[in-house]
Amino acid sequence: MNIFLALTFSGFALGGVYFLAASGLSLIYGLMDILNFAHGLFMTLGAYAAWDVAAHLPASWGASTLFGIALVSSVLGGAIAAGLTEFFIIRHLYARPVSQILVTIGLDLAVVGLLLGGFGSNSLAVPVPLWIMEATKVGSINLPNADFVALLAGVVVLVVLEWFLARTRYGIIIRAGVENRTMVSALGINVGKAFTLVFVIGGAMAGLAGLLYSVVFAGDLISPTQGDSLLIFAFIVVVIGGLGSIRGSAIAALIVGLTQDYTNFYLGGHPGLAEIGNLSVVLLLAVVLEWRPRGLLGRAL
Amino acid sequence: MNALQVRDLHVTLGGSHVLQGVSFDVPTGGVTALLGRNGVGKTTTLKALLGIVASTGDRNVLGTNTKGLSTHRVVKLGVGYVPEDRDVFAGLSVEENLRLAEQRDDPRYDEVFALFPELKSRARQRAGTLSGGQQQMVSIARVLLNGWPLLLVDEPSKGLAPKLVSELTDVLERVAATSTIFLVEQNLAVVKRLASRIIVLDHGEVVHTGTADELADEALARRFLGVAGAR
Repeated sequence: MNIFLALTFSGFALGGVYFLAASGLSLIYGLMDILNFAHGLFMTLGAYAAWDVAAHLPASWGASTLFGIALVSSVLGGAIAAGLTEFFIIRHLYARPVSQILVTIGLDLAVVGLLLGGFGSNSLAVPVPLWIMEATKVGSINLPNADFVALLAGVVVLVVLEWFLARTRYGIIIRAGVENRTMVSALGINVGKAFTLVFVIGGAMAGLAGLLYSVVFAGDLISPTQGDSLLIFAFIVVVIGGLGSIRGSAIAALIVGLTQDYTNFYLGGHPGLAEIGNLSVVLLLAVVLEWRPRGLLGRAL
Repeated sequence: MNALQVRDLHVTLGGSHVLQGVSFDVPTGGVTALLGRNGVGKTTTLKALLGIVASTGDRNVLGTNTKGLSTHRVVKLGVGYVPEDRDVFAGLSVEENLRLAEQRDDPRYDEVFALFPELKSRARQRAGTLSGGQQQMVSIARVLLNGWPLLLVDEPSKGLAPKLVSELTDVLERVAATSTIFLVEQNLAVVKRLASRIIVLDHGEVVHTGTADELADEALARRFLGVAGAR
């Protein structure tokens, strides 16, 4: 029973990271209909920004302070990368999905190549404080503190995004712009500025996801291709959750995280089933789309 | 000064030359109606004035040449747009639809709710669940909030019951006391009641300009609009 509970908590934490990765994608792909395959790159750049800043600061500042700065750097790194991508590339490709796919894939390949050239192919270690590597005893179960951080980050981002979209003027502009962009302009509003903001927010969440994935699930190591792996799951989460629904993505992220965790643990040890966790997620996607093509809470595909 | 001055306006949509050198003036104050049969380019003219569709020629809006200006910048010159199909944001509440339209620090909610008290009681309702008449109220309320000096109003009576059309006409009549209205409308009774001047489009060109009184002339109404004049 304890194992099952520990697995469940770990699945929730994985779901938290998937939600962070998917939340930005849900905004960009789900709300704006932009097929942005550079989203994984934002995750990677966020993680590298965190590593780079932390690596250049004196260790005497303390591991917790450095980690806090690394978290902020990952958010800023992802946000800046996304903002520049939207400004220089994406805004010229609205309503051109094929061009969006080709250009964003090309951008991802090019920048990952640059990272490999600049930082090498070896994984780099992000400095984390000792308490993150420890566990907290809840009842009779030891739960990793890193999992708490991932879950907490996911919950905070969900609450803030829901509030932003429902309560702020920019949130209303974004929701209206998804329905009828022309009419928003005809009310005197610069929709382009609002959509750039969506990209920046999406990139910020992606950057945070990139760093937390390394800390929680990759032994504090970052690598140039980590964002691309995470991007696949982010797309699956967005589609299962339903296009345009942040809440749907949150629910889907938890379901995907739990499915992957359970199947990996209970079936992954059998011969030939090492990748069963990933396969189970793809099967889950197929089942959900067969049962409910618009996803859990989304608009029609 | 003219509220609108249009010279040699051309629009091509999907290979079709919809507007073929349209020129007209809309004087400041009152209501000027743009008339014509279905498909002659009335809605396209309004969209071209706002920069929603690409056009060539000169467009002078409230004293500013709007060539090259994006739609939101044209609107900020002081232009309100009430589109043909209302285009309310269905997923947003009435309150959010109105909030979205705010372009000044002191939006005229008192004025809007005095004209459309129903909108106040339905503030939390999703605009997509409103009736056609209520959606038209939201669409008009969005432009009245800002007290724009020029309103482009496209087919406000379309699809509405006669009683609602009459109420809506009352509202537009009151608005016309303070703003210039450039009105596209098929309902000639509404045009006769509101407009002082008419511009008639046919085959993408202006074929007649004159006063609204001329609409009593059945021959003219039949010739340009394909309908009998409203008496």
